[in-house]
Amino acid sequence: MTQHLHDVLARHEAEILREWLREQQKLLRPELIREDDLRQQSTDFLRLFLESLRSGEETDINGPRWSNVRAFLEKISGSRAVQGFTPTQTATFVFSLKQPVFTRLRLDAKSADDLAADTWRVSTLLDSLGLYTTEVFQKSREEIISKQQEEMLELSTPVVTLWDGVLALPIIGTLDSQRTQSVMEALLQRIVETESDIAIIDITGVPTVDTLTAQHLLKTITAARLMGADCIISGIRPQIAQTIVHLGVSLGDVVTKSSLAAAFQVALDRRGDRIVRAAAGRAADKEL
Amino acid sequence: MEGTTERVPIRTPQDVVLVRQRTRTLAAGQGLSLVDQTKVVTAASELARNTLEHGKGGEVLLEAVVNGSRRGIRLTFEDRGPGIPDLNAALRDGFTTGTGMGLGLPGARRLMNEFSIESTPGQGTRVVVARWK
Amino acid sequence: MDRIPILKMGPHLLVTIQVDMHDQLAMTLQDDLTTRIEKEKARGVLLDISALEVVDSFIGRVIGNIALTSRILDAETVVVGMRPAVAITLVELGLSLQGVRTALNVERGMQILTQRVRADGKSGRRPEVRGGRND
Repeated sequence: MTQHLHDVLARHEAEILREWLREQQKLLRPELIREDDLRQQSTDFLRLFLESLRSGEETDINGPRWSNVRAFLEKISGSRAVQGFTPTQTATFVFSLKQPVFTRLRLDAKSADDLAADTWRVSTLLDSLGLYTTEVFQKSREEIISKQQEEMLELSTPVVTLWDGVLALPIIGTLDSQRTQSVMEALLQRIVETESDIAIIDITGVPTVDTLTAQHLLKTITAARLMGADCIISGIRPQIAQTIVHLGVSLGDVVTKSSLAAAFQVALDRRGDRIVRAAAGRAADKEL
Repeated sequence: MEGTTERVPIRTPQDVVLVRQRTRTLAAGQGLSLVDQTKVVTAASELARNTLEHGKGGEVLLEAVVNGSRRGIRLTFEDRGPGIPDLNAALRDGFTTGTGMGLGLPGARRLMNEFSIESTPGQGTRVVVARWK
Repeated sequence: MDRIPILKMGPHLLVTIQVDMHDQLAMTLQDDLTTRIEKEKARGVLLDISALEVVDSFIGRVIGNIALTSRILDAETVVVGMRPAVAITLVELGLSLQGVRTALNVERGMQILTQRVRADGKSGRRPEVRGGRND
């Protein structure tokens, strides 16, 4: 029966394609995709659809006979997600094929029963395929969001080179477990890259500290030590100081300062450097 | 790389090094980050040493695994050694027998996402650990 | 049997570990170092682990032991070049290598050792080590 369905549609492939493109142009935003690309995609899809119809009776689109069609839909779903199409618009690509196909089946029908059966079959197939594009679309969006999240994570904790051999890591916002991990790794990596032996971790912008965060901070400091760098914590506000004491977290011999400036001074002292104000016409003792 | 499995016998100190190398290759193949790879390899080293020293030799099965869309690596260490009579003590930090098995189990557990251990005194020990991307 | 080479640099000994060591090799290194420190009356040991991709609890303990033993023999050990991934993992394992001096690289490590020798020479006694770094 699918054979018959295939034959009818294949005989009129060109007309169906024309009708379909007309339907799509009515419904779709023209600026999102070039006409040539749309024509190419539609031609390819129709061809693949017909091939799968011809290859057998199977109507389960998850089966092997429909793998080429699925692969094609995955490809365009992905590219349309990037182009800014909504999932509905992408699914409409498939659904809008129904009308031209139904019209053709009606014109060619030899009996009411055949027409009903064919219409039903093609309808379920295209419905499944349309829904499939939505699933794939969803997955691509999730991947894009996940990647954007990663990039945001990196941007929100930049490691700054304050001075020769002195890094500063101003942390803004709360430190959840995952963020702390990436912060830790970023800092340690920069320590190696810049050969800095002092890192100032400034937590002025951290509203609250819980046990886990405090532990993570300590782990970072211990790891930095193992690598040969010292950490100074700056920006500990009174509330946070109380929380740390209350939690029973021991900071050991980690130096803490209330301000980044004070911590910087400690760092300079350790290095034996001084910053001297330049008098007019004289160079500074130590250039920044 | 899904479905890859590899058995490595653990009979000599050099085998512990081999386990590290094979674990590294598998972990890298599954796309784990450098830090996560290091954690897995270090845990594997601890457990391989346990298998050799305490378990009197055994083997490890390395598997590339998939859970939904997540990829990971699973290691199963088995030996027919004397077993561990008091698992709770062995899993508590600071427990020591002989060459300092104390740091082996709790440490390895901290480095992995999944950890399970079965041991029957007189029959042997099996430790299964996994780390996901 | 293969051994890790130990180089003499003035009053110091330099050890660069470049292979994934099996346990026996690590213990042999510890013995060899102890013997050489005594023999050369070395004042310092620079242990370069920048090539190590993995340091587990056993190797960690060997490093700790090397530092302790050398101190008893009046030599200071500085461990240099630990990789970030290794440091993170060691901390997770629960090893902090308390009492072991560390530095970012060979250059910084040598600075520390040289300063110590110079200070000793001036004052004739063991100097107080500066800074809050694993002392």
